[in-house]
Amino acid sequence: MNEPIDGLMVLLVLLNLWLLASSRLIACTRIVAAEGIALGLLPLLLSWDQGISGRLWFIAAASVIIRGVIFPQLLLKALRQANVQREVEPFVGYSLSIVIGVLTLAISFWLISRLPLPETPHLALLLPVALSTILIGLFVIISRKIAINQVLGYLVMENGIYVLGLALVKEIPALVELGVLLDAFVGVFVMTIATYHISREFEHLDADQLDSLKG
Amino acid sequence: MTMNSTTILNLALSVVLAPLLPGVINRTKAFFAGRKGPPLLQLYYDLWKLLHKGAVYSRTTSWVFRLGPALGLAAVLTALLIVPTGGGSSLLGFDGDLILLAGLFGLMRFITVLAALDTGSAFEGMGASREVTFSALAEPAFLLGLAALAKLTGSLSLTGIFGGLTVESWWSAAPELALVAAAMFLVFLVENARIPVDDPNTHLELTMIHEVMVLDHGGPDFAFILYGAALKMWVMGMILVQIVLPAHSGTWLVDLAVLLAGLLSLGVAVGTVESTMARLRMVRVPQLLVTAGALSVVALVLVLRRPV
Amino acid sequence: MYLIVVAIGIYLLGGVASFLSGSSRRAAMAFGVGAAVLGAAAAAIPAGMALAGGSVEPIRWAWNMPLGSFSLAMDGLSALFVLPIVVLPALAAIYGSAYLDRAKSHGRSWLCFNLLAASMVLLVVARNGLLFLVAWEVMSLSSFFLVTSENEKESVRQAGWTYLIAMHLGTAFLLVMFLLLGRENNSLDFENFTAAGMPSVLFLLAVIGFGTKAGFLPLHVWLPEAHPAAPSHVSAVMSGVMIKTGIYGLVRTLTFLGPPLEWWGWVLIGVGVTSGILGVLLALSQSDLKRLLAYSSVENIGIITLSLGVGLVGLARGNMTVAVLGFAGGLLHVVNHALFKGLLFLGAGAVLHATGTREIDRLGGLIKKMPWTAATFLIASVAIAGLPPLNGFISELLIFVGSLKGMVALGSWGPAALLAAIGCLALIGGLAAACFAKAGGVVFLGEPRTEQAAKAHEVPSAMLIPMIALALACILIGLLAPLVLPWLSEAVAVAAGLPVETAHAELSGTTGLANGMAWAGGAVVVILGGLLLLRRRLLAGRKVETAGTWDCGYVAPTARMQYTASSFAEPLTEVFQMFLRTRREAQLPTGLFPREASLVTHTPDLFGESVFRPAFQGVKWLMGRLQWLQHGRLQLYVLYIVLALLILLAWKLG
Repeated sequence: MNEPIDGLMVLLVLLNLWLLASSRLIACTRIVAAEGIALGLLPLLLSWDQGISGRLWFIAAASVIIRGVIFPQLLLKALRQANVQREVEPFVGYSLSIVIGVLTLAISFWLISRLPLPETPHLALLLPVALSTILIGLFVIISRKIAINQVLGYLVMENGIYVLGLALVKEIPALVELGVLLDAFVGVFVMTIATYHISREFEHLDADQLDSLKG
Repeated sequence: MTMNSTTILNLALSVVLAPLLPGVINRTKAFFAGRKGPPLLQLYYDLWKLLHKGAVYSRTTSWVFRLGPALGLAAVLTALLIVPTGGGSSLLGFDGDLILLAGLFGLMRFITVLAALDTGSAFEGMGASREVTFSALAEPAFLLGLAALAKLTGSLSLTGIFGGLTVESWWSAAPELALVAAAMFLVFLVENARIPVDDPNTHLELTMIHEVMVLDHGGPDFAFILYGAALKMWVMGMILVQIVLPAHSGTWLVDLAVLLAGLLSLGVAVGTVESTMARLRMVRVPQLLVTAGALSVVALVLVLRRPV
Repeated sequence: MYLIVVAIGIYLLGGVASFLSGSSRRAAMAFGVGAAVLGAAAAAIPAGMALAGGSVEPIRWAWNMPLGSFSLAMDGLSALFVLPIVVLPALAAIYGSAYLDRAKSHGRSWLCFNLLAASMVLLVVARNGLLFLVAWEVMSLSSFFLVTSENEKESVRQAGWTYLIAMHLGTAFLLVMFLLLGRENNSLDFENFTAAGMPSVLFLLAVIGFGTKAGFLPLHVWLPEAHPAAPSHVSAVMSGVMIKTGIYGLVRTLTFLGPPLEWWGWVLIGVGVTSGILGVLLALSQSDLKRLLAYSSVENIGIITLSLGVGLVGLARGNMTVAVLGFAGGLLHVVNHALFKGLLFLGAGAVLHATGTREIDRLGGLIKKMPWTAATFLIASVAIAGLPPLNGFISELLIFVGSLKGMVALGSWGPAALLAAIGCLALIGGLAAACFAKAGGVVFLGEPRTEQAAKAHEVPSAMLIPMIALALACILIGLLAPLVLPWLSEAVAVAAGLPVETAHAELSGTTGLANGMAWAGGAVVVILGGLLLLRRRLLAGRKVETAGTWDCGYVAPTARMQYTASSFAEPLTEVFQMFLRTRREAQLPTGLFPREASLVTHTPDLFGESVFRPAFQGVKWLMGRLQWLQHGRLQLYVLYIVLALLILLAWKLG
């Protein structure tokens, strides 16, 4: 079952790059949702050969629902309520963002190739892609102005950690996985509320201008 | 050497059939728009008409303007000699000919740009400026994509690369090949001046790229240009088709049929893209090209990861 | 080998004779040009023999200098550099005889010119560190005087100082390098050099020291200042061959350092990629023709360096095919660049001679007034853009194929640097095509933009013949690749430290490529001929008219409406704005009937502006703080000396 996993990882890479290239907040949110749905399938594919337990189905379903449906809906709702402009407003241009995205991928491949890891074929792609997803998430947080993007970057980073976890631990204990999800859930919840309030107070969502708060 | 007769036959077919491809695209667009559309053979009629006309040259122009169309066509005809045609080998292939392919397209572009500047027209200067901008950015995507295929098949000649790609390659390296194909499709759209980069049907000079560069050409010169453009689209189309449909049945007729069917579908695909997409803003085009380059690089990284 | 000494002698005698001719313009010119041509003929013979694989007897005379010996030798590597080094000055001298101002005598200029040629020849055949450094300094100084020949201009003096300082900083690194090598080996003779100890340090010193001369980014800042300031035939020699002595020095040093480490290759590829891309971008954004050419030299040096890097990676990985292709591509590009860049500078000089301006946007339409200059310039443009079937493409093809072979053959991660080489080389190629479409197209095509351009005239044949010769060389090397490539094997063998047989065998591996290129080049020419004939037959008996360029309804088009060079380059400079920092000063049209508007763009050298200027400002500030030491009282100065002596004595004896 290597080909579908490889395909899924390539899809994840492409979604990451697409996220970096998109100028519309709503499109970005949808891309992150698509990533969530795709990653929900990952644990199923990883244990396809051993057979899939009911608990695994549950994790996959929960992951798809939370990452693919609930988070994006929350964000889209926040977007509607905050009534922000629809452009991403990057500090770093789109083309350069793509180049940086590709560079993170290359660096991740190189770094992972230096790590002493067990030679398992399905890991070959999983680990570097996970690492690059984390880096790209960080990059989104750093390089975009609108606060919603910080939430999106955080989610992308979380996706990367999730893949890393799946790749390294044979089977993630359900509790841990749920804990991670809950963490993210609370995070997103808090952040959307915060952005909502920011926008109500300041009539924009420009994280760049938060520095006007300091005395 | 036994392949030579079929190779030459394939070449002759390419030379004859190339003007069909724009016809297929236009028919597809007409279908989407619900129009009757121009006949499939329209370009043949146009070429025939142009070859029977006299010529008008601008007073401003020099021999560069008159050399442009002929040298451009000569370059692309030479390119045809190094690209394998459906299951066969090329006439002039050698290790590294993929670079020559890019070089020949570059030569065609360079002389077209110079001919455009030779008219002194601001419109044509503008088109020339856009052309060099976009093609400079398309170059890395094109060559890195071919490099990924070279690494995958372990060969540096186009004949070796497309001989090495098989249906099984798609089984074992689907993501890589899909990425390269996607990058090549974007390069195909850019290099052949199609939507979403350039609109061959636009009527405003300010929005044109390729068309505006050849405004002042007429008669046989313009016939050379139109035919050269069709042939370039055909050559790049063959590359794309042989990535997506790597058929090596060993039977000449079957391989040829697959190639032609692939080119026909490519025409339909391009027509569909043109009917369903808007043109990108000029400033967004570099981003599209960077994306194409990124796809090629990701493909290469994936290929490099494979154990040698 | 004695012929080399004879050649150097001819250069020196001719130069001195020219200098002594005093007010006789004609005699000064005859001596100057004659020596350059005769010297070239004398030096070319042993160089040709060495390239053909014949052995040339080395010379070794005692020299009354510590660690110095007057030893000369000619191997393949020296010979490959000697050929362009003597041929280009000979052609440039013929050109210069007509180019230089007729009112004055130019004895001093010819002396420096011949000194420059002599020192470059001596430099590449010298086999002793001290002799090498002496030749190096003579080369720097003579070229400094040439750069400042029009020293009545403030900008020229400024350029001269920048050049002098840069050269001396570079030489300082070389001095350290040779001292270290000499200390290791107790001799400054090249044959005794082995890099026991610290090859990596020596490598880095060589990259910086020689890189300053070659113009590696960011050490290139002198280049775009000095080249435009010099008279054009001198710029051709400086850009065509003098900066290549930096490459020669680097390659020669590599032969002392033993088996290369892989990261050296990565360093060179990195340097090459940055110089190449930023060089061509800066070239693209220039509006002064000679500055544009100077930046383009930075780009081509980048391509050469990148290629050497590919060769080193191949050597370090033990893949001889990659090594040989990398070195062969780089060395062939050295020769090719000498040909087309020499030609381009001569062409730019012809334009300057005919119109009095180097501003691209003030030119245009020169192809009608100067057909030969235009044709040769455009041929060189195609060649430098790396387009088939001319010579620039052949060398870039070798580099590409070397990198691709490395990528295919080497382990899974080694090729990452080669991958960068391939992608960046492709980008450089595209940008160079844009750059020279702009230079050739805007200067020579269209309508003249100013009075000056409209009144241009073709230059005299003494200036045309060297340009035509260089253009023919560009075409022939391109079309006759199978005959040219075998000549590289001796040079490659020395550069890569391989047996000649290996280099030869690996280069014969490229026979298929060379033949294919010859066929393809022939195909382009034949098909082109056929198409032109076809068009002639079609148009025979039909109406062929001339009319105005289609003007889209404008009643009175003027030449000012043409697309300018700056607007031509704008989309690309906009994309790479991050690296270029182009400045704009715009006076926008206002009101319903705007009277005047203007737009001025200017691209400064990023490194000159934001690295070196602050650094030197800092040094100046520091020196300013020490100014209290300088008060002009003799007694106190003597006190300083006494104090210094006392301290040194106390330190040594205490």
